[in-house]
Amino acid sequence: MTEQSPTTKEEAILAEIDSFAELPDAPPKRRIRLSWVGKLSVAIVVFWLIICVIGPSIAPFHEMDMDGDDGFLGYHANEYGTFILGTDYLGRDTLSRIIYGARNTIGISLASTVLAYLMGITLGILAAVKGGWIDMGISRVNDAILALPTIMLGLIAIAWLGSSIPVLIGTASIIYASSVFRIARALGQDIMVQDFVEAAKARGEGVWWVIRAEVLPNAAMPLATDFGLRLVFVVLFISSLSFLGLGVQPPASDWGSMVRENLQGLTYGSYASIWPAFAIATFTIAINLIVDDVSAKSGGSLATKMV
Amino acid sequence: MDREKLVEVRDLRISATNDDGDIIPIVKGVSFNIHKGEVVALIGESGSGKTTISLASLAYTKPGLHFAGGELLIGGEDMLQAEPLRTRDIRGSKVAYLAQSAAATFNPAITIGEQVTESAVLHGILTQEQANKRAVELYRALELPDPDRIGIRYPHQVSGGQLQRLMAAMALCGKPDLMVLDEPTTALDVTTQIEVLKAFKKVIHEEDSAAIYVTHDLAVVAQIADYIVVLYGGEVMEQGTSDQIINNPTHAYTQRLMAAVRPKPQAGLGTAVGAEHEREIPAIKVRDMTAGYGGIVNGEPKVPILRDINVEVKNGHVVGVIGESGCGKSTLARVMAGLLPQARGSIKLDDEELEGDLRDRRLEQLQKIQFVFQMADTALNPKQVIGDIIGRPLEFYHGLKGKKKHAKVVEILEMVELPAEFASRYPMELSGGQKQRINMARSLAANPEVMLCDEVTSALDSIVGANVIKLLTALRDKTGVSFVFISHDLSTVASFADEIVVLYAGRVVEQGPTDEVLTPPYHPYTRLLISSVPELRIGWLEDTMKKREMAVGIAKNVEITSIGCPFFSRCPMGIEGTCEKQNPPVRELKMGHQIACHRTIEELEEVEIEVQRALHEDEHAADQGEEGTLH
Repeated sequence: MTEQSPTTKEEAILAEIDSFAELPDAPPKRRIRLSWVGKLSVAIVVFWLIICVIGPSIAPFHEMDMDGDDGFLGYHANEYGTFILGTDYLGRDTLSRIIYGARNTIGISLASTVLAYLMGITLGILAAVKGGWIDMGISRVNDAILALPTIMLGLIAIAWLGSSIPVLIGTASIIYASSVFRIARALGQDIMVQDFVEAAKARGEGVWWVIRAEVLPNAAMPLATDFGLRLVFVVLFISSLSFLGLGVQPPASDWGSMVRENLQGLTYGSYASIWPAFAIATFTIAINLIVDDVSAKSGGSLATKMV
Repeated sequence: MDREKLVEVRDLRISATNDDGDIIPIVKGVSFNIHKGEVVALIGESGSGKTTISLASLAYTKPGLHFAGGELLIGGEDMLQAEPLRTRDIRGSKVAYLAQSAAATFNPAITIGEQVTESAVLHGILTQEQANKRAVELYRALELPDPDRIGIRYPHQVSGGQLQRLMAAMALCGKPDLMVLDEPTTALDVTTQIEVLKAFKKVIHEEDSAAIYVTHDLAVVAQIADYIVVLYGGEVMEQGTSDQIINNPTHAYTQRLMAAVRPKPQAGLGTAVGAEHEREIPAIKVRDMTAGYGGIVNGEPKVPILRDINVEVKNGHVVGVIGESGCGKSTLARVMAGLLPQARGSIKLDDEELEGDLRDRRLEQLQKIQFVFQMADTALNPKQVIGDIIGRPLEFYHGLKGKKKHAKVVEILEMVELPAEFASRYPMELSGGQKQRINMARSLAANPEVMLCDEVTSALDSIVGANVIKLLTALRDKTGVSFVFISHDLSTVASFADEIVVLYAGRVVEQGPTDEVLTPPYHPYTRLLISSVPELRIGWLEDTMKKREMAVGIAKNVEITSIGCPFFSRCPMGIEGTCEKQNPPVRELKMGHQIACHRTIEELEEVEIEVQRALHEDEHAADQGEEGTLH
């Protein structure tokens, strides 16, 4: 090594220190890239959403048409068409009923979850920001709802108001808003003690600014991943209500009630109750896998916050 | 040094793998040796790889890192090749680790004694009884109070400095060959730091164990290390004996590090303010203010923090507030900002009474007082771009929108010496020093009269921190903003502040112009603070320990008292029967310099003369001694 090189190296380091104090490279923006499992899951979810929209126009039969040769038949064809997945207990086409049912099952769940989120986040963040008596009041009411089993609450509401789609959506959204409330409040409280919120308060900002600009953007990501999970719970809730005969009323189709109606078919070797169960499974598992993938890619911190 | 080699590090390489699978070298071929009974210091700024190297001696890397080459031999055994089961034997018995925060290391639910002896017993080095006996010996060696019984206490029952020393006992209990100390005094107050350093030095010497001491603080290293390795960006810049590195550094980076070491606080360091910004009325005037937490009962806070505070911030001046942790520095700023309403007393802004609660203050009053938070990492909303962060006060206070707002944002970025394109970046994409600049820029955007800066340089590396101070000085000269500059670091305050307020246990013990406060006569506490700041000189620790303030002042906890002088229990010149019973009178000196002490000014001055005389005698004796050896 010559005399020259260490000096230039020293100079290079000093230059680096000076420049570092002024301008480091921006790190690459963090993007969430999904694994192939995640991508497959997204495809499945997108597939079902498309079915919801265009379902009735591509279904081979109407959900109420009893065109099959008999109940609980497997693959067969007659003069009305081909029954790819066979028929249900009344001889209706299983595939068509699943396609029609997607609308009810996913639509009701989505509507309920969105409503639950609107209620839960608004109240949860409000409780976290305001604290004191407001927090106390909302939290105790919420505790009362949480203390009751969800299915019991659903049964009471439906027994009282009768079963209709608006009642289903309302009941499910109120029941699930209570768990959203808890997450939103906990997240909000975490964020409220951060210095940047204190800085906003010291500046004199009002409650709505603090909620909108400081708290919500920081709570959005964990809440978004929780949305996926919550949607799954609502699908299962609606399905279990339908299974009990309290959900979507016949002759309209819905995946949960389809499982129940065709349960006896299992003894005859019919798959009529397996297919809708499979549909529920694909949709819920796909959403779960997306959630897992996203939270793993964001360092797993979301997963811990969501419990 | 012809002692036996204990540790040999040869061309050590450690790399990280990022999400894309790229390999990024962190440690790029580092070599050094540690002999038995030797303390080797690894120094460098954050990101230099010093902690990574020290952890490698425990056969450990942080998650995401891996050993990429070289060897690290301890007693001939390569740590990098150690099998998982073997690493269990090594850790805690051969090599022991002392973390930065003792408070986070100890389990709060288990007694100290159990935790100190745990690893020695677990490794089968000592039986529980032997370990207990050894622990007591170590407590004694570390000069902990009540060594026979401190073991049955719980971690929250001892002070921070004591806990730090107890962690050393925990590390040493199993008689390890090598101790790894990772910034063990960085989080401590200066007076506590001395006490811990002294104990570490003594015990390392007595046990004759080798140690790796990781720190960024050269002045601390000068006291404790035999050999220094200077690191930057995972490479060794320079290594040599402490004497050589400190007195005769050859590498430009080492020299730069030395230059960033803050000078000893003394008069004349500061830049006196020009008279152009001065006005008759002080910007902020605090009168007889008492504040605390836990609600107010009968005009007294449940947990009082500050008592009877009288402070003035003149227009365009910088007021430095110093004191140890828990003395109420930050609380003072929070009361001024209206984040914590005071229990009693008044705060005036431009001679106008301010409401205690910021929600009752007018918008223009809020705009005139801006708070700069300590940690830029948490004070900036991670989901907002810099342009929005700085733009919000412009919009909120001054109603600027659109292009006008953006132009102003760029102007403010320029003021804090950052390029305009930063406006579209997120805080995460900036370095620590840059974030702190943004943090100040946001306050600056409000166009305030007073900026309350709470420990704004404490979390930064020394070189970066020095740049921030330079920036603040420039801002003051340019804008005429007044600053309340809170810090536990006397040197920083001395170089920047026009006036200094010394707080102790929630009371002002001394205040006045910087040069007056830093020249005698001192309040006894100010004196203790000044002499506790480590100097970049080998042997400083020993010299300082001879001073009598040290003997009395350290190793005692701060007590918050409602009457009497709070410093009494640590004061070398306390008057029994007076100091602890009566509040000290405030003695006025020239230029508004005030000292709150029962001793008269004459008495305080006399002490100073005595100290100077003793110092001269020492130096004289030392000179003679040196001459003696020369001849």
